[in-house]
Amino acid sequence: MKILNCPLNGPRPIQEFHYGGEFHPPLDPAELNDADWGQEVHHRHGEPGVKREWWYHTASGTWFIAERDNLKDHVIQTYLYTPECGND
Amino acid sequence: MTSRLPPQPGEWIDREQPLDFQFEGVSYQGYTGDVLSSALWANGVHVLGRSFKYHRPRGIYSLANHDANALVSVGSRTNLRADCLPLEAGLQASAVNTLGSASRDYLAIMDRFSRFLPVGFYYKAFHTPRRLFPFYEKQMRKVAGLGKIDPQYREGPTGKQYDFCDLLIVGAGPAGLSAAVDAGERGLRVILVDENPHPGGSFTWQWQRNAEAQERYKKLLDRLHALENIDLRPGTIAGGVYSDYWVALFDQHRLTKLRASAVLIASGCFEQPAVFQNNDAPGIMLGSAAQRLIHRYAVQPFTRGVILGANSDAYRLASDLAANGIDVTALCDLRPEGEPSTAHAQVEATGIPVYRGFTIYQAETRRRGKQLAGVIACPLDRKGEPQPQAGLTLPCDGVAVSVGWAPDGGLLYQAGARFQYKTEVEQFVPNSLPAGLFAAGRVNGIFSWPDQCRDGLRAAREAAVYLGQPGVTELDSVTHQGPSPSHPYPIFSHPGKHNFVDFDEDIHLADFKNAHQEGYDNIELVKRFTTVGMGPSQGKLSNMNAIRILARHNRATIQATGTTTSRPFQHPVPLGHLAGRRFHPLRRTPLDAWHRQAGGQMAHAGSWLRPEYYGPADQRDQSILSEANQVRQTVGLIDVSTLGKLQITGPDAAEFLERIYTGRFHKQPTERLRYGLACDETGTVLEDGVIARLADDHFYVTATSGGSGAFYRELLRWRQIFQLNVQISNLTGQLAAINLAGPESRNVLKDLTSIDVAGDAFPYLGVRRGTVAGVAATLMRVGFVGELGYEIHVPASSALHVWEVLADAGRPFGLKPFGVETQRLLRLEKGHLIVGHDTDALTHPAEADLNWAIAKNKPFFVGSRSLEILQQRPLTRQLVGFRLADADVTPFPKECHLIFDGDTIVGRVTSIARYSTLKHPLGMAFVQPRLASPGSQLHIRTAPGKSVVGEVCSLPFYDPENLRQQ
Repeated sequence: MKILNCPLNGPRPIQEFHYGGEFHPPLDPAELNDADWGQEVHHRHGEPGVKREWWYHTASGTWFIAERDNLKDHVIQTYLYTPECGND
Repeated sequence: MTSRLPPQPGEWIDREQPLDFQFEGVSYQGYTGDVLSSALWANGVHVLGRSFKYHRPRGIYSLANHDANALVSVGSRTNLRADCLPLEAGLQASAVNTLGSASRDYLAIMDRFSRFLPVGFYYKAFHTPRRLFPFYEKQMRKVAGLGKIDPQYREGPTGKQYDFCDLLIVGAGPAGLSAAVDAGERGLRVILVDENPHPGGSFTWQWQRNAEAQERYKKLLDRLHALENIDLRPGTIAGGVYSDYWVALFDQHRLTKLRASAVLIASGCFEQPAVFQNNDAPGIMLGSAAQRLIHRYAVQPFTRGVILGANSDAYRLASDLAANGIDVTALCDLRPEGEPSTAHAQVEATGIPVYRGFTIYQAETRRRGKQLAGVIACPLDRKGEPQPQAGLTLPCDGVAVSVGWAPDGGLLYQAGARFQYKTEVEQFVPNSLPAGLFAAGRVNGIFSWPDQCRDGLRAAREAAVYLGQPGVTELDSVTHQGPSPSHPYPIFSHPGKHNFVDFDEDIHLADFKNAHQEGYDNIELVKRFTTVGMGPSQGKLSNMNAIRILARHNRATIQATGTTTSRPFQHPVPLGHLAGRRFHPLRRTPLDAWHRQAGGQMAHAGSWLRPEYYGPADQRDQSILSEANQVRQTVGLIDVSTLGKLQITGPDAAEFLERIYTGRFHKQPTERLRYGLACDETGTVLEDGVIARLADDHFYVTATSGGSGAFYRELLRWRQIFQLNVQISNLTGQLAAINLAGPESRNVLKDLTSIDVAGDAFPYLGVRRGTVAGVAATLMRVGFVGELGYEIHVPASSALHVWEVLADAGRPFGLKPFGVETQRLLRLEKGHLIVGHDTDALTHPAEADLNWAIAKNKPFFVGSRSLEILQQRPLTRQLVGFRLADADVTPFPKECHLIFDGDTIVGRVTSIARYSTLKHPLGMAFVQPRLASPGSQLHIRTAPGKSVVGEVCSLPFYDPENLRQQ
């Protein structure tokens, strides 16, 4: 039973959270051709490594991003989304 | 009690409390504090059970809570290990896996066939011909398996509790006790568990005659008992370690779900068997088992014994046995060089002959293997092979084996530790531990009690530093000194094939050779093929030897051969400890009690309980149709409190809705409703509902009962991504909603509300705020069921009052409550789809004829880019209405029945109603576009070889001009 660190509420048991999928930096749809847009919305990377993931703390309604090594199931850090999250 | 010794210092039995018990129908006497195995041994009963495959008699082997051949049933409880079953007054136990009794088992004949049952025999022999497999299976089930399950077994739920601590220490031996005291005196909250009923570990059996050790043990206990922050839990198993040090603790009564900040494993080692012919005969046991019998239970293990040893422990054991009056005939030491420590001189002083470089080649039995008669010992050559021609016969009634140890490392492995094989101790020891996990004592390869204590201290200090304690003096690591406690290969071949490696599963040495010849050269595959380590003890006595054997076959190192994966639980756990109620949230509307009283047939709808209809269960169809007719003809009332109810406010509220929904909202007038359709990023229909504008910056939105929770969550995510100034409040639970529908609804409502309900004052798709029955309410003119109707939203606390006032006022008009099934029929007649019911995870708006809800030339909404792509492609399916001519056709089509064109699937029924107010069956289906035009014939397959023909018709079925809801 994991513990996840909510950026607003601190460490809480994993049952209080909802996984929201891999984080994609929001892209401007107008700048992508059809094939690239299809990749953007349908393709999910399964390979092991450090992922940025959306997580949601149900009790407080907080969405945040967790950087997780999905090979070790180790969460490296969590933080709230800002528009700058897409810039790296 | 033939074998009970005089009182021993520190013995666990209470001689003041003798107990009567029965084993296989025979009465015996033991003491409180005995386990079943010790009490039987004290009574001279040496056959405690039969082996799994060959039904060979077995006695005590480890007496360490993993004697998998001494399993008993007590009443409905079965597969109980006799070596950790506390003796109780009146206990009636019998051995499992026998035909007859443990002493006289008719299935013992299996042993004579053993040479015809090589490893893999069952896999190979019984899988063809396939048609005979059910027969084989039935026959094999009769003889396979251990205890019989009582299907009538009933017991109340076993308790569960949660707990927390700074440091969990597993194992209360010298290392664990030292660590607990050090951490406790530092103020840490410590939980110390030990599977035995008393703490002490090897203090209580190996070092009983060592005054210095006993002095340390007593002092440690005194210091431990003086500390309130140490919670000592004997009789408790740490069953498994999960993420972030969530540990499952089991005791007799409950499962404790423990969250520890750090975990220290001082679980010790399992003493390991030597492999020689007939090494399973009753009377042959581990040296530690013999010492446990003597010191914990004051039972003589045997009267005349031979010791097979390969370490210092064997020499201490010899002195210990001799001191307790046991005639030790010989000590055979596998090591040609013998014992270098002073322990050797002590043994020689007692006159026990020591044979260096000797093994036991085979054991001799009498009474069909039930009694040990003696052993043949023989020298080993330079390669370690036995030389039986130079053997000598040693009569004895017991053998104590002390050739090595294997770490009890399961919890460490589960927690992510890595182990390395160290030849200094011929043992796997942890060499890499994740943060917060610590190991000490024998599991860490540290063997003498003073070193174990030091290693416990060292680990406790490291844990204290990890936990942020100030001023901790760290200690140097402890290393093993002296000869290795384990022999690298205490395994000896014999043509007789009763030299067992795994006692649980009766696997002997040649089975491994055969497995290797068949190509099984990986430890995990060898495990599956031979089943080594898959028995009730999970290889506690066999995995290490299996690895040694495979390494030798592979000509590889033990490190390279590796170990099998360790999984929970460390010991068998009764299923009752694991069973429990799952927490399913169940939501009831504020009108729940009223529905039940009125005969509502309650059913689960998502997380909600809702009435499907009102009336007897055997009049389902009639009740639904009668409720529907009432709505169509006069007026009905339905509880729609399950609707998602979201309030969207703030300066960016309209902009936010424009981005979420496919429609336009900037110019939506106040006091008006608009239909809202939302897609996800792939263009799939996600949600629909109505959006009421109450003010420029204030919207009130309804969402589907089943999807609103997830939709609310998504809205919160999009709000963050869009960075808009908008507040989203989920009012689903705070507000109740009641839909008053039917041609008479205006007449029912008009005298109960402050709102002018006249048609032109409050038109279709209007929203008004005022009072209903004196309660503040928001009213919306919607047409889901296709009639004049008012959806009345009021605080949940007032819902019952409003409902009852409406029901009273409606009585003169024939008002009836109607259920959710009736509502489904009515909306189906009206051609309204239900998102998630008539749509699936790929449905995009064009397929469901919802393109009208998508605003043209809108620069962006969620899914707009995907829809732009999808709209250019030809449709592959369309949602259509269809009707059937006959309601009496059988079998009647159901939702999800497939539609065929010849042998090709061309569609699927999404909704269907057998009886409708339109007097014919009707439904909706996804079909290929070529079948979507009215008049097309749909062949719905209702059963193999049976089809029903439906005819596509235009939607809606009912009131196509939309006159009734205006």
